Amino acid sequence: MKPKTVTSQGNGFFLKNLLKVLIDEEGGVSVKIKGAEILLRALSDEGVDTIFGYPGGVVLDIFDEIYKSKFKHILVRHEQGAAHAADGYARASGKVGVCLVTSGPGATNTVTGIATAYMDSIPIVVFTGQVATPLLGSDAFQEADITGITRPCTKHNFIVRKVEDLARTVKEALYIARSGRPGPVLVDIPKDVSQAMTEYHESGPPKAPAHDPIYVPDVTALNEALRMIKQAKKPVVMVGGGVILGKASQELREFIEKVQIPVTHTLMGIGAFPGTDPLSLGMPGMHGTYYANMALTQCDLLINIGARFDDRVTGKLDEFAKNAKIIHIDIDAASINKNVIVDLPIVSDCKSALQQLNKMLLQNHFTIPEKDRKAWTQQIDEWKEYAPLSYCAGEKIKPQCVIETIYKLTKGDAIIATEVGQNQMWAAQFYKFNHPNTFLSSGGLGTMGYGFPAAIGAQIAFPDKTVVDIAGDGSIQMNIQELATAVVYNIPVKICILNNGFLGMVRQWQEIFYERRYSHTNISQIPDFVKLAEAYGAVGLRATKPEEMEAILEKGLNTPGPVIMDIHVEPEEGVYPMVRPGSPISDMDLGR
Amino acid sequence: MEVKRHTIKLVVNNKPDVLARIAGVFSARGFNIESISANVTMDPNVTKIRIVTMGDTSTVTKIQNQLKKLVDVLSVSHVRESKQGQREMILMQVKLTDKNRNDVMKAIDELQCKIVTRKSDYCILEATGSEEELEILVQRFDSLGIEDLSRSGVVAL
Repeated sequence: MKPKTVTSQGNGFFLKNLLKVLIDEEGGVSVKIKGAEILLRALSDEGVDTIFGYPGGVVLDIFDEIYKSKFKHILVRHEQGAAHAADGYARASGKVGVCLVTSGPGATNTVTGIATAYMDSIPIVVFTGQVATPLLGSDAFQEADITGITRPCTKHNFIVRKVEDLARTVKEALYIARSGRPGPVLVDIPKDVSQAMTEYHESGPPKAPAHDPIYVPDVTALNEALRMIKQAKKPVVMVGGGVILGKASQELREFIEKVQIPVTHTLMGIGAFPGTDPLSLGMPGMHGTYYANMALTQCDLLINIGARFDDRVTGKLDEFAKNAKIIHIDIDAASINKNVIVDLPIVSDCKSALQQLNKMLLQNHFTIPEKDRKAWTQQIDEWKEYAPLSYCAGEKIKPQCVIETIYKLTKGDAIIATEVGQNQMWAAQFYKFNHPNTFLSSGGLGTMGYGFPAAIGAQIAFPDKTVVDIAGDGSIQMNIQELATAVVYNIPVKICILNNGFLGMVRQWQEIFYERRYSHTNISQIPDFVKLAEAYGAVGLRATKPEEMEAILEKGLNTPGPVIMDIHVEPEEGVYPMVRPGSPISDMDLGR
Repeated sequence: MEVKRHTIKLVVNNKPDVLARIAGVFSARGFNIESISANVTMDPNVTKIRIVTMGDTSTVTKIQNQLKKLVDVLSVSHVRESKQGQREMILMQVKLTDKNRNDVMKAIDELQCKIVTRKSDYCILEATGSEEELEILVQRFDSLGIEDLSRSGVVAL
């Protein structure tokens, strides 16, 4: 006997959509709902409550469900902004960021945001609409093979061909994004799948059997690490984004407290260890501190915790930490021995490895071999004294001073997003970050236009915190349209533009390597950012003289709602120290 | 670093895009796939793929590590250099003329090839063996006149 099908026209206020209620022979009731609703239910069951997105033809059914639901959807003004905002949300909150866009151009517009998240291992899930399955491959209107396009820049991607697979795919996508070495996942949903009806069941645990990451470090290797730490006379710890992504900042601090080894952090590792701690060496690499680079060059033991030996950090590989034994703790086995051959590989997430190390230090009654380390400590102090991060005051506003002033005014407690270039490096050098998840920057891909939408995402996660985007006059124009988003939702991000009228970092390279031939890097302080802010309905402020800078920053930071602070800085200021590409990191131009 | 031939064996989910993902790992690093063979296993959800590539050991290890990260890849292994259990099949169309006919027949006999088709002016031969054995075969018949050939790629257990 066939089950009776009853079609009910929704139940008044709560069930506006058409429900097919099936009553089977036993009298059980099964409710079929649309794929679009299943998507939202599955997201909700995974704890997602915020989506950054932009509607379009093939996602109309999903947006219709959003209209009826309690989901917080932030309408951006360009899909790239949605991807970066989801990324900023993820970096600041440690949760998975989610965005939703339409097919074709909507999907391709997210690619830069996806690649940005991929390079920095940020967990985001991008849902893209797709043309209906019968049209796939027919060059239909707004069709793009987005799973093909994003294959090299996602951790994994899916196209959902049957509505029955949707709920499980959502669950697996979020799991893959956040587990192990995190990364972006894309889920492509054809229009007929979001329109099709089926029952919704919360799925069981996600299936990715070969990909359950290793969370248990090898104890023998950790013992060996302890032995190496005890013997080292000139040890250095280098921490990377893995410590922040692995939520291991507290364990790192305990570890360093016990072993008293100086710590350098990569750009992605900023905030993992307090920047104000006497043991902090700041950032290494191309624009790293003199003392971090010298310490890495001369150390006899390098403990890399969750960093991937990026070329901007290592400089010339043959000269990098060449006299050191190297320990590398990383959740991603493929990152170990990729660029730098190490002596002791430890495949583990940073949290488990550090917890275990801390336990072993306690059990072994570890004492710091102060006598052996004395010379090293003195040497590092000498380096710090010889070349601290510095700049010279002048007639014009110095960008480094702007960062220091923001640090002072926010008491080091703000979430700082950056664009890419000089603004990014000065922010990394002169703002002292004491907390993880407070520095949001596109490290791997180096995406101009990242900072502002990322700041919006972070502010959505933390409505009460001060969120500042340190921008350049070039970068900010790459996603300036999101000012509308900030104004409409009253997202009080403060944008500080270090306005030098140049694409500053490229100009700096032209100055140093191309005999000051400033080919296409002069962007002439256009537009008028104060008027631009006002045109969008935001507040615009400007400072052009050193004596008015602090007052303008203070006013801007204390003004409610989104604010642009257009700070006209010394046009030809450079970022120093600087290591030439391909040179050893000990070979630095200190800019003096 | 010594560049040599490596055979990588993968066990993967039987899905439409899995081959593209695997190929991407090779192409992103500028590695050529010398030969590839794939077949569904006893379990219809699982496919076995063998890939032969040229490279130094360290780079091939890095490629294996990257392959292991693919969500649809269940296992990756490096097939040992001892060629046991590694076989390949070849089909060759060899020209037949009054001049070479005897030599071709002699070679077929000596190298234990199977004649699939025989026409007055050509024959199609089938043989299996290790890569090296098939190389010897190709060299021998090349001097007699190969018109076309096709190789299966390495099959390994």
